[in-house]
Amino acid sequence: MKIAVCVSHVPDTATKVKIGQDGKSIDQNGVTYIINPYDEFAVEEALKTKEKIGGDTEVIVLSVGSEKSKETIRKALAMGADKGILLKNENEFESFGVAKALSTEIKNLGCDLVFCGKQSVDYDNTITGQLIAEMLGYSCITVVVKLDIDGNKIKAETEIEGGREVVESELPAVITTQKGLNEPRYASLKGIMAAKKKVIEEKPVKSSEKMIEVLKMNLPAPKQAGRIVGTDSSAVPELVKLLHEEAKVI
Amino acid sequence: MANKILAVLEQRDGILKRSAFEVVNTAYKLASQLNLEAEAVVVGNDVSNINDIVSYGIKKIIHLKNADLANYSSSGYKKAVVDYAKETDTDYIILSNTSLGKDLAPRIAVGLNAGCLIDCTSLDTSSGELIATRPIYAGKAFIEVKCNSIKKVITIRPNVFKAEHVENPAAADVIIKEITSPDIKTRVVEFKKSEGKLDVAEADIIVSGGRGMKGPENFHLVEELAGSLGAAVGASRAVVDAGWRPHREQVGQTGKTVSPTLYIACGISGAVQHLAGMSSSKYIVAINKDKDAPIFTIADYGIAGDTLEIIPVLIEEIKKIKSN
Repeated sequence: MKIAVCVSHVPDTATKVKIGQDGKSIDQNGVTYIINPYDEFAVEEALKTKEKIGGDTEVIVLSVGSEKSKETIRKALAMGADKGILLKNENEFESFGVAKALSTEIKNLGCDLVFCGKQSVDYDNTITGQLIAEMLGYSCITVVVKLDIDGNKIKAETEIEGGREVVESELPAVITTQKGLNEPRYASLKGIMAAKKKVIEEKPVKSSEKMIEVLKMNLPAPKQAGRIVGTDSSAVPELVKLLHEEAKVI
Repeated sequence: MANKILAVLEQRDGILKRSAFEVVNTAYKLASQLNLEAEAVVVGNDVSNINDIVSYGIKKIIHLKNADLANYSSSGYKKAVVDYAKETDTDYIILSNTSLGKDLAPRIAVGLNAGCLIDCTSLDTSSGELIATRPIYAGKAFIEVKCNSIKKVITIRPNVFKAEHVENPAAADVIIKEITSPDIKTRVVEFKKSEGKLDVAEADIIVSGGRGMKGPENFHLVEELAGSLGAAVGASRAVVDAGWRPHREQVGQTGKTVSPTLYIACGISGAVQHLAGMSSSKYIVAINKDKDAPIFTIADYGIAGDTLEIIPVLIEEIKKIKSN
């Protein structure tokens, strides 16, 4: 079986966002990029699945982005993925375009199982996995925190408001991964060395027609720092009074 | 004939969720602003409070019914909604950005070849077309976006849009359409309720704890404080990563983004990614030993002192107020 893992190269979550010159995107100056944190769970689950199934199972890492996304692909290769493919396009940020490029390649490769992070931490899009699945006619289970694949059958637990749902489905499928599903492994030194030798295939992809247009990016209105009412528990009555009488929230 | 907007409503266990009424009322308002006809659609088996919709503005309610659709089935719900939207040539579909809405919206979008405006926190039609605002980077920034495709799927963030009653609502016209042979390839077979009483994503008040709680054994204080306020318990990434608290409680960029009326941060210094996830709370209270901690830059009220000493007193004072 071939397993695809889709990864995204995103600004570190510690980034302080500034607006770029175009007024529509972030200022990339000084921003460190990392593998999207939710995608690490996707890579780990793909590797675990491969270890379980065994045979000639192959884990292929895919990313849509610029040359720089190779760093993130290489990170997944260092964790143990077999092969990397960069679907090269500097300007494709919209989920539909990204999903189209990925689903086309996944179809070419003939992958029956696809893992994606449940959302990217940049545009917070929570839809790419579902789009890929629908474009391919695959099943899709999102925000997965527990996964069992037995032959063709899938049983998963997903996180929803107030609890977990147990979902059943069948392969071929797209699984979107949530924190808690597994503990992503660290790349070993051997893995890092091996990843340097693995070839990352590059395939240019055309931009799709834009369905969603970004008109403007804004920062939230700065919040005024409030009042420090004291430095020990003697300030508690005053705090409670403010919450009760001024804010009227308790 | 005017174009249509279809409000897709979420039910669980046969009861419409609070977010469903926000969706109905938002669809009703958009319909009058954009000159659309508004309808609501509910997928499920028996739904007990379906008639409550009418006081939020929409008169025509379609109930897509089948016993196998009582629980969520991504494939089944998608097919039911897409088929109905195609049949009626609907241009706008609106859902709440709940777990179910997030899961379902993009599938409907592919089915209708529609663009997908997700997690909107404001919808502006003053220019004659729909401009949505949505947070990105967990709220560190916002983008204004528009959808260029003819068909549009929109999800609205829960707790942001108001569900307001309309005056003199007309009688509801509930049309039941039996769905024959639903596509239930993917389906929910069980729900496991989590131990915590309230989910941070749905709570009106949140009490969160961080490293300043010194250890998992002290989190009973956070739980008691939350209990005294009817609040949900939240946590910082640091304490979730340390295994003190479950991930479902994590607030911040790799956890949940929340905007409650009151957020009480206990022993949380306020890393950028935590602030991103909660800074849109209406009132923020910070209790932290370090007076220079970033959390105080966004807090409305704070006490710069020992969290473990302050919380018990706070619980007592709140109990006093509540009993009065």
